[in-house]
Amino acid sequence: MSLQARDKEFLALLGPSGSGKTTLLRVLAGLEEPDAGEVRFDGEDFLALPVRKRKVGMVFQHYALFRHMTVAQNIAFGLTVRPARERPGKSEIRDRVARLLDLVQLQGLEKRFPSQLSGGQRQRVALARALAIEPRMLLLDEPFGALDAQVRRELRRWLRELHDRAGVTTVFVTHDQEEALDLADRVAILKDGELVQLGAPNAVYEHPATPFVFDFLGQACQLPGVVQGGSLTVADWETAAPEGATQGAVQVFFRPDEVAFAPAEGAGLAAEVLAVARRGPDVRIDCRIEGVLMELIGHGPTLPAGVAPGLSVRVKPLRPQVYA
Amino acid sequence: MTDRFSVPPVPRPVTDAWPRRPRLVEHSILPGLKLSLGITLVYLALIVLIPLAALAVRPWEIGLDGVIRTLSDPRVASALRVSFGISLLAALTNAPLGLLIAWTLTRYAFPGRRILDALVDLPFALPTAVAGIALTAIYSPTGPIGAFAAQLGIKTAYSPLGIFIALVFIGLPFVVRSVQPVMQDLDKDVEEAAMTLGATDLQRVTRVVLPALAPALLSGVSLAFARAVGEYGSVIFIAGNMPLKTEIAPLLIVIKLEQYDYAGAAAIGLAMLAISFGALVAMNAVQIYLSRRGRA
Repeated sequence: MSLQARDKEFLALLGPSGSGKTTLLRVLAGLEEPDAGEVRFDGEDFLALPVRKRKVGMVFQHYALFRHMTVAQNIAFGLTVRPARERPGKSEIRDRVARLLDLVQLQGLEKRFPSQLSGGQRQRVALARALAIEPRMLLLDEPFGALDAQVRRELRRWLRELHDRAGVTTVFVTHDQEEALDLADRVAILKDGELVQLGAPNAVYEHPATPFVFDFLGQACQLPGVVQGGSLTVADWETAAPEGATQGAVQVFFRPDEVAFAPAEGAGLAAEVLAVARRGPDVRIDCRIEGVLMELIGHGPTLPAGVAPGLSVRVKPLRPQVYA
Repeated sequence: MTDRFSVPPVPRPVTDAWPRRPRLVEHSILPGLKLSLGITLVYLALIVLIPLAALAVRPWEIGLDGVIRTLSDPRVASALRVSFGISLLAALTNAPLGLLIAWTLTRYAFPGRRILDALVDLPFALPTAVAGIALTAIYSPTGPIGAFAAQLGIKTAYSPLGIFIALVFIGLPFVVRSVQPVMQDLDKDVEEAAMTLGATDLQRVTRVVLPALAPALLSGVSLAFARAVGEYGSVIFIAGNMPLKTEIAPLLIVIKLEQYDYAGAAAIGLAMLAISFGALVAMNAVQIYLSRRGRA
């Protein structure tokens, strides 16, 4: 596979576990050596550089802070290990640590030890530590994986802001599609060590290249259909085929929340509603389409009254995707 | 007349029913505190405290002067110096050696690693007299290493160096076994983080790995030290036991006992106890400080 991150880009590597995303990140950092291939940064051969000379900031899932050092010592580590010639003076290190603490919003905690911090705070220290060396590239390995959902969402927003302000090219590994779609400029989807698709979050979400990507990026409903000329036929419903669809028998995928409901005599897929359950703002509609049980998702206030258990309706997928 | 049923009973807060008394021990939800603490105390008393108390009482039979006279005897003073001095030296020597062995055993995979790992425990298992005889055979002027050392003008057996060798031998497993599990549990992440931050291999070891190992290392060293101070069997064979030179305190105690000088023997014992206790308390204090730093 070949993959290129653009300057100052926020690139997400997304894939199920075992897809090789972490390995790829570790190769970029120099913590692992590829059997073949090359890694270039700005035209420079990265593989020839040892880890410590690459100047990449790495943030690990489990923080990997130095437990015996205070927050300030942790952040300053990358500066204090420099050879005496390149090492900034004590007061400059202090200033820089203070600025980074400001940046990660941990002012006043510089004397704490990592064990005295919460998970979210620890990860921010880890990020400050990585930024302290003024990295040429920031690598994040599932940085929010060990945090709870609330903290995760907060940190996500904050990380994006931080990236925009610091302007460092960032590569971010995650198996959480929501996180990747929300954060990244571009998303690279990996499967079994192969790059399956690369694109802007909306582009990959709306036009998944393969059934795998479609399935991985959200819930999927699937039915067989036929493409002939410019039209797509699924059971007795005929609609315009998506652009560039292959001719002949295809698999039709659509998102369970991207559907419109119509009366039984209208156009669409004939569906028998089995159950309707409210789930917060959403409504889950269990129905049978073409003999297949499907869970559709509707929006409570806008759901037509005809959608009720025991009734027949028509379901129109709004943006069907077809795959050979 | 008031109907007493017409007044609704005021519900009393539950906590009032059992007023909280200040407790000596915070109540734990784990059952069995009384039983386990009781057994612990009885056991410790029988095995450790009562014998030590007897030791503490015994010397005063000869009065304070007697104790002072015994301890200021040059032969006793010299034996105490030899015992504690060489034990400390041996324990400190074992620190880097044990660290290196633990490092080799945990960090690398090589054929025979498990056998080597098992060998580390041998000084634990061997009767110390056997160890002493074996060491003497090798390090005496007629033994293979001893003869070689003699050619270089170094006297190994029957010298303080001999005592040192024996004490290094018996102390080694304590250091290795204290450090090994902690080294195994070290996060690979943390070292990788240090590498990405630009640390050289040496900086990674000295600034990240060693500080993490320090509490365990110190605990191993103090165990090795404590063991060396009390060591008798292996030392007496290799030491030569010359009064004022290579006589260790435990041997002097045995000699006093053979002369029926129980109070004198107890006086030396008490002195050793006091010094050892002081040293261990000091090491523990440092160790607590070191490990607090990381997880207060």
